[in-house]
Amino acid sequence: MKHAPNAGVVSANEGDRPSAKAGRPSLPGRKLGRYGFNAFCVAGFVFLLAPILVIVPLSFNAEPYFTFTEGMLRLDPEAWSLRWYESVAEDDAWRRALVNSLIIGVAATVLATTLGTLAALGLASPSMPGRTLVTAVLISPMITPIIIVAVGVFFFYSSLGLGQTHAGLILAHAALGAPFVVITVTATLAGFDRTVLRAAASLGAGPMRRFFRIQLPLISPGVFSGGLFAFAASFDEVVVVLFLGGLEQRTIPRQMWAGIREQISPAILALAVFLIAFAVVVLLTVEWLRSRSASAQRSVH
Amino acid sequence: MSNGFSGRFRGMAPAMRGFCLFVVCLAPAGVALAEAITVVSWGGSYARACQQAYHESFTAETGIEILLEDYNGGLAQIRAQVDAGAVHWDVVDLEMPDGWLACQEGLIELLEVTELPAGVNGEAPEDDYPGEYVTECGSGVTFYSTVFAYNSNYLTGPPPQTVADFFDLEKFPGRRGMRRSPFVNLEFALLADGVAPDRIYSVLATSEGVDRAFAKLDTIKDQVVWWEAGAQPPQLLADGEVIMSTAYNGRIFNAQVLENQPFVIVWDGQALDSGFLAIVAGTPRYEAARQFVQFANRPESIANISKYISYGPVRRSPRALVDSHLATGVKMQPHMPTSPENLTRAVRLDWRWWSENRDDIYERFSAWLAR
Amino acid sequence: MKRILHLSATAPRLGALALVLPLLAFVTVSFVIPLGTLLGKSAYQPEVARVLPQTIAELREWTGDGLPSEDAFAAMARELTALGENRPELARVSGAINRVQSGMRGVLNRTARRLARTGQAGSWRATLTGIDSSWEEPATWLAIREAGARFTLRHYLHALDLEQRSGGGIAPKAADERVYTPLMWRTLLVSLGVTLLCLAIGYPIAYMIAASPPARGRILLLLVLVPFWTSLLVRTTAWIVLLQRQGVINGFLVSLGLVPDDGRLQMIYNMTGTFVAMTHVLLPFMVLPLYSVMRSIPKSHMAAAVSLGAAPLQAFRRVYLPQTLPGIGAGSLLVFILAIGYYITPALVGGRTGELISSQIAYHVQTSLNWGLAAALSSILLVAVTVLYLVYSRAIGIERMRLG
Repeated sequence: MKHAPNAGVVSANEGDRPSAKAGRPSLPGRKLGRYGFNAFCVAGFVFLLAPILVIVPLSFNAEPYFTFTEGMLRLDPEAWSLRWYESVAEDDAWRRALVNSLIIGVAATVLATTLGTLAALGLASPSMPGRTLVTAVLISPMITPIIIVAVGVFFFYSSLGLGQTHAGLILAHAALGAPFVVITVTATLAGFDRTVLRAAASLGAGPMRRFFRIQLPLISPGVFSGGLFAFAASFDEVVVVLFLGGLEQRTIPRQMWAGIREQISPAILALAVFLIAFAVVVLLTVEWLRSRSASAQRSVH
Repeated sequence: MSNGFSGRFRGMAPAMRGFCLFVVCLAPAGVALAEAITVVSWGGSYARACQQAYHESFTAETGIEILLEDYNGGLAQIRAQVDAGAVHWDVVDLEMPDGWLACQEGLIELLEVTELPAGVNGEAPEDDYPGEYVTECGSGVTFYSTVFAYNSNYLTGPPPQTVADFFDLEKFPGRRGMRRSPFVNLEFALLADGVAPDRIYSVLATSEGVDRAFAKLDTIKDQVVWWEAGAQPPQLLADGEVIMSTAYNGRIFNAQVLENQPFVIVWDGQALDSGFLAIVAGTPRYEAARQFVQFANRPESIANISKYISYGPVRRSPRALVDSHLATGVKMQPHMPTSPENLTRAVRLDWRWWSENRDDIYERFSAWLAR
Repeated sequence: MKRILHLSATAPRLGALALVLPLLAFVTVSFVIPLGTLLGKSAYQPEVARVLPQTIAELREWTGDGLPSEDAFAAMARELTALGENRPELARVSGAINRVQSGMRGVLNRTARRLARTGQAGSWRATLTGIDSSWEEPATWLAIREAGARFTLRHYLHALDLEQRSGGGIAPKAADERVYTPLMWRTLLVSLGVTLLCLAIGYPIAYMIAASPPARGRILLLLVLVPFWTSLLVRTTAWIVLLQRQGVINGFLVSLGLVPDDGRLQMIYNMTGTFVAMTHVLLPFMVLPLYSVMRSIPKSHMAAAVSLGAAPLQAFRRVYLPQTLPGIGAGSLLVFILAIGYYITPALVGGRTGELISSQIAYHVQTSLNWGLAAALSSILLVAVTVLYLVYSRAIGIERMRLG
């Protein structure tokens, strides 16, 4: 995952020695500057995290409002409740949406991960012809504005009878997820020492054996985190579903979209908290895999 | 090195096989629901009212399940599905002008009024439905209207009483909610500009009249929050996001009686329209869809709707059956758009004018909005 | 698979290609071809020519002055009569012609209906003009001929707010009739603004993470990654909850007495909402590339500069900043590319004034059904993104993109 640090950029201004005359600010001034800088950074982190954190307590609001009631601030147990969680759990629409999200997400992930891993192996080979162009094509779904993907897929898939089907969404989501797999696996392979494979070959291991016994275990963290990326991309995707999906393909984000457009009840916040928890789990898994991949590669050397 | 991972990935081939099985399983899952039709309606409290009023008894009687989808009006989806020859929507609850246009364009199936069920005392359907709400593709089912309403918690001064007040930014500063559509808004604009309700469409018949309506809309454009779904205006009013909003009268009524919201409806200039149940042309579930539309047109089905929301029958014989709101016991008659005191300055939406001019006006409206 | 792996050992070129091919084929079918059809739709419209072949053929003979020949009237009448039987087809064709000239939908539908009932009365010309006086106007026929052309640049003209002058030649529309070019400018400016905001907020954050001791740095990095991984819709919802009139921020300000209860701030459903929410959503895409560049800059550089007598700010400007330029470039390009195509966030929090070009694309696909125009707008957006993408891959290298 970690790409090589940008070693090419060494200071371009080496000859540009700073003038010694430049006045140094007094110590308290520098301290003030440092405090200012830290305060700015803290504000930045608050901006990043506060929106997500604020909705967690609000999802336990006993009232159907989006402000902290006095009772909540007094930590009055009466003002806190699980009613929105219950209403989500009891609502058939959300349950169906979860099932749809899982079906589409898992299928798209399997497809994207399988094809993406193979492609990354091919791209990593030094003798791959036209690598830049091929990479560009494979990565393009990730860069193309999603609205264009959705519109194009809507026109084309509908004409093939794939409109409002699970299969259509699975294909589209797999195409959107594959670049993530290609990128993560490629990154893992970049740290992969091919001499190990040659060594294994010289010891008489066949290609299948070399792949499954040596290469795959080493790149598996990359494969797995690529798969997670692909799954998360599908699990969070709403625009393609909006255009291509119908009533029977409603996914969680699609259901949320409807809820946000019409009325945001705190029930949506309860669901949001569930999705935040999901995000944190995925994140920690990916980080764990990354450290694992790094240590695995170190242990080979 | 991890054996766990290599172990898991050695199963790659079985995983592929599993995937194929999975896909194969998915395909029949879609087909399994043989007797189910997709009915597309307006969501929120209106869709719930229809569900309770007659969807459930329809399923009980026929065994046909109903999948209820929401939309916000318009013919786009229907055109797209009919064009592509892949019809997923079976029955759509259309606004009258859209219903008429869709019928003209062949987007919905023909359904003569004589094929609809008889009235309460056996009246022939063609005598029971008012002629102006009958088309070749079916007939108007329930009356509803677009009104404007405000939240008396936030609007505490002298209350607005006319459509002109809705456009009066000096007397009533603040943001207003309006539907993101030219429909009804052009009528409101002309009313506010002093045109009498019965003269609206003769003014709109000229391009100067349309210009005049847009010019009036221009005066409040910057203060408008545009809503799309019928469920939004009550929410906007409850949140104080707007000081007043156009809305469907039934949604406001439900918020008043079920959620005790201090909303007030201004009936001046209400735009009366009728909902219209249409069968999408070329649906593979035509028979079931037809049964559903016929069931929905039964006098008791239509009258039942008024037990849940303040929308009333278009056909004459069930009108006497309208009584009180089931959950709260509120007498419904004064809340109906068709009750005489609410009708004094009503505009009856002219669906002929709208279906002739719909596309041009919509295009102009979206360009106006984008500027 | 075994064979491919074997191949990759023996004939590396073929082996590598064989590994890449499945995904390449898959992406081509499920993604590249759909985009191709989209581009096609922006300039290719075979519908009318297919359904009204004789009429279009007759109209090609016509000079465009006065009215076309009786043959053209006859062909039109014949084909419309036949269409009366096929209502979906009639709807499609009248819709397509209506887009060239408004009002034509009604004319065609009316004529087809009447023809089916009454048939010919006198010459075809008399019959048609008897049904609707529009048939006496050359503009009607010009519109049909125009709609009957298989290839057209009409949608591109429309998308760029240009119009064909009656005397020939192309000119921009009057300023108050332009719709899409102002929206494109707005999209560009908003994207640029969001990029700058992300840079302004993201740069110090990335620096702080890079400068922290490893343990703390890892935790701070996780704090950036949590929003990165959190569902886009959740984040947008969060901003609605925070910014709306009865939301958390307004509630807080009112309870502090900073803002009167009836003067709550309008921070959402306008440009402010778009800016705030989009900056939040895209900020991690700025921080991550910046961080990965900064991490590789030895701390000793700054220390050396300072010890040589440079003021910290000067040291930063002369020594540190230039080394982070690649990160600034990568992050900014990425954020900009993502921003100009954004749909969900502006659609949910932008209201009318905070909308971007993507909303118009969605509108023309889903509501107005002017698919040709939607396709033309998409193509223009796609070209813009492709250019930026090429710049990105030239300057930064696409394989270097860091995910999380």
